[in-house]
Amino acid sequence: MRLLTGNDLKTGAVTWWTGSDWSIHIEDAVDVTGSEDEIARSEEAARRVNVPYAVDAELHEGNPRPSHIKERVRALGPTVRPDLTLKPADPEIGNWVI
Amino acid sequence: MADTLRYRDDEPVDHPAVTVDSFLDQSNATAVRIEPGDDARALVPHLERLALIEVNFPAFGDGRGYSSARILREAGYEGELRAVGDVLVDQLAYMRRCGFDAFEPDKQFDMDDVAAALERWPGVYQQAADDRTPIWSKRHA
Amino acid sequence: MYAYDQYDQAMVDARVEEFRDQARRRLEGKLTEDQFKPLRLMNGLYLQLHAYMLRVAIPYGTLDSRQMHALADIADKYDRGYGHFTTRQNIQYNWIKLEDAADILADLAKVEMHAIQTSGNCIRNISSDHFAGAAADEIVDPRPYAELLRQWSSFHPEFSYLPRKFKIAVIASETDRAAMRLHDIGINIVKNDAGELGAAFYVGGGMGRTPMIAPCINPFVPLDQLVTYAEACLRVYNRYGRRDNKYKARIKILVHELGAEEYTRQVEQEFEHLLDQGVEPPLAELDRIRTFFDDPLFDTRAAYEIDRSDPDFALWVDRNTVPHKADGYVSAVISLKPVGGIPGDATAEQMRLMADLAKDYSFDELRVMHTQNIVLPHVRKADLHALWTALEEAGLGSPNLDTVEDIIACPGLDYCSLANARSIPIAQRISERFAKTGKTGTLGQLKLKISGCINACGHHHAGHIGILGVDRKGVENYQLLLGGSEAEDVSLAKITGPGFDEHGIVDAVETVTTVYENERQDGERFVDTYRRIGMNPFKEALYG
Repeated sequence: MRLLTGNDLKTGAVTWWTGSDWSIHIEDAVDVTGSEDEIARSEEAARRVNVPYAVDAELHEGNPRPSHIKERVRALGPTVRPDLTLKPADPEIGNWVI
Repeated sequence: MADTLRYRDDEPVDHPAVTVDSFLDQSNATAVRIEPGDDARALVPHLERLALIEVNFPAFGDGRGYSSARILREAGYEGELRAVGDVLVDQLAYMRRCGFDAFEPDKQFDMDDVAAALERWPGVYQQAADDRTPIWSKRHA
Repeated sequence: MYAYDQYDQAMVDARVEEFRDQARRRLEGKLTEDQFKPLRLMNGLYLQLHAYMLRVAIPYGTLDSRQMHALADIADKYDRGYGHFTTRQNIQYNWIKLEDAADILADLAKVEMHAIQTSGNCIRNISSDHFAGAAADEIVDPRPYAELLRQWSSFHPEFSYLPRKFKIAVIASETDRAAMRLHDIGINIVKNDAGELGAAFYVGGGMGRTPMIAPCINPFVPLDQLVTYAEACLRVYNRYGRRDNKYKARIKILVHELGAEEYTRQVEQEFEHLLDQGVEPPLAELDRIRTFFDDPLFDTRAAYEIDRSDPDFALWVDRNTVPHKADGYVSAVISLKPVGGIPGDATAEQMRLMADLAKDYSFDELRVMHTQNIVLPHVRKADLHALWTALEEAGLGSPNLDTVEDIIACPGLDYCSLANARSIPIAQRISERFAKTGKTGTLGQLKLKISGCINACGHHHAGHIGILGVDRKGVENYQLLLGGSEAEDVSLAKITGPGFDEHGIVDAVETVTTVYENERQDGERFVDTYRRIGMNPFKEALYG
């Protein structure tokens, strides 16, 4: 599957396309295969996202997980500061990234 | 193509600029266009018969034209020096400092933004091709 | 230290308003991201892996307690309570919002700080010797020259759209503590036979994917021609540096492709021309700047015998303090490399403590080292125990300057959008390993530097031991390099062979240190042994 991601223009936060909006949680991301360029273009033009691009992903325990480690780090936060990630309370989350 | 923004009182040249090569080959042309890779110093022997030098910026990030402009002013060129192409309003103040006195941007400037850009800087830290007095000179006046 | 006058303050204030206007136009859609990017970069604002990142300039690494407090306040108010000190003596924040950026710049301007030209294809913050003004071996304090160049390079109208970024370092001693010859321009302030000061220019050094050591192109530029000569170096680069390939756009490639001799000839020609253009500030300006860097009033009765009865304190004194030009004083290094910690990170609370300690014990001055530590440059020996006690309580007392634990590491894949592999966890595991085996001390000076990609922000080419993280089919892999140095014995490290995974690289580092322990002769550092015995014994131990 393909996920569309980018950063929020104002806050810089990593965001994922949910089919109708942008979410900071990758669990909300939907497959955009085939329509990625069109969504990216219109959403960027509306300044709802900054520098969007699509990444490869697979379903992992029912949720999308990017194929490349860089996108997994982006989706979660710095592995060396679990307290600053989106899942600070999950002790196993490092395994999801690496 | 947007309007030309000029900071000169003389009449603009009314014929198109030629390339540096064709200018050096012929030429009775009084207007020439410098590309980023051209050596501005090749024009130095001919400056007295030039009324317009256009410096092309195919991409705003290619800063060679800033050196071309200053070199021409340092050589004594007093005709129109026009920045042409992908010229952005946030570059105007620096371009003025390098000796440009006309701008023909691909995309029209917002004149409020132009005014803000040109009035922005209360001082300058360098001697350049304009007539602004560097801060170091003011300090030791 | 340097204090702004009305002119400096007005320029920085104008820059804040310019950026506020640019950010507004971006948010309103008047600027595209492509157009806005170079503008935000020239104000230190990156779009990084998780958010915007702001890099704040700390000119030549010098700051006072008021400024350090302001940096701490920014960390709390706009970021997540910490900052990261960088290999170019700056600080960066990882969680910045675009809509806050102008306000942050305004807060910085209130304490005579800024983020001007901390990124972008322009002349970057000028770095210098972190012991400037304190070192026993310096000819003069290099910072006035760095400040002169800071002002010259700020908002330079001709050199703000260079082929690529441009980094300058200024030192003034034989000992190079600023990686001077690995900069685009390295300047060493020297004395000639007549006793006059001048500037030796080294041009075309750098790390990145094509590391080069800068050749000396002029051994003595008179001080009243310093700015003119720099202008000539830059103009030749701006005109002829490659713009067809960003990986070949640094000045080192131009100098390499032309040859140092031909580059020098072109510079000298441009220099002759520019001498008539009035670009040089008068020497009176240099004199004015120098007065800001006069020695503080050292206590001449400060001679003091340190009480070494506490072994932990004695160890810290031995490892983390260095000789000072004034009797009774040392420069004290605050390590930002706690075992298992993140190299260069400091919390807002730690920044405030360091600021307060600088005020109490170091004439209100701090320095950022390119090795991502903090220096209190002028500490009375008599105050060292009180200083150390306060540092220990805050987790800032690690006695590991220049040891294998004192690792330079770039942010790597944990923070950086360019990175291919994580750097920080490797640094953490290595410092933990050596702290555990207790070998940190016996290995002596061992500079270990880790980069998470080929851009070499972690200076891996210049490490006695270097580590380069690469992406091997989506998996982090680490190459090992040996024999580099950024100091006056500058050299470029060589790769040992095939890379290792994240566990294997820690073992590999331990393996090469064992080779060193077995082979070393009297007084040899790791890098000395490597230079004497060569790569083969290390290779055999690693790959057998």
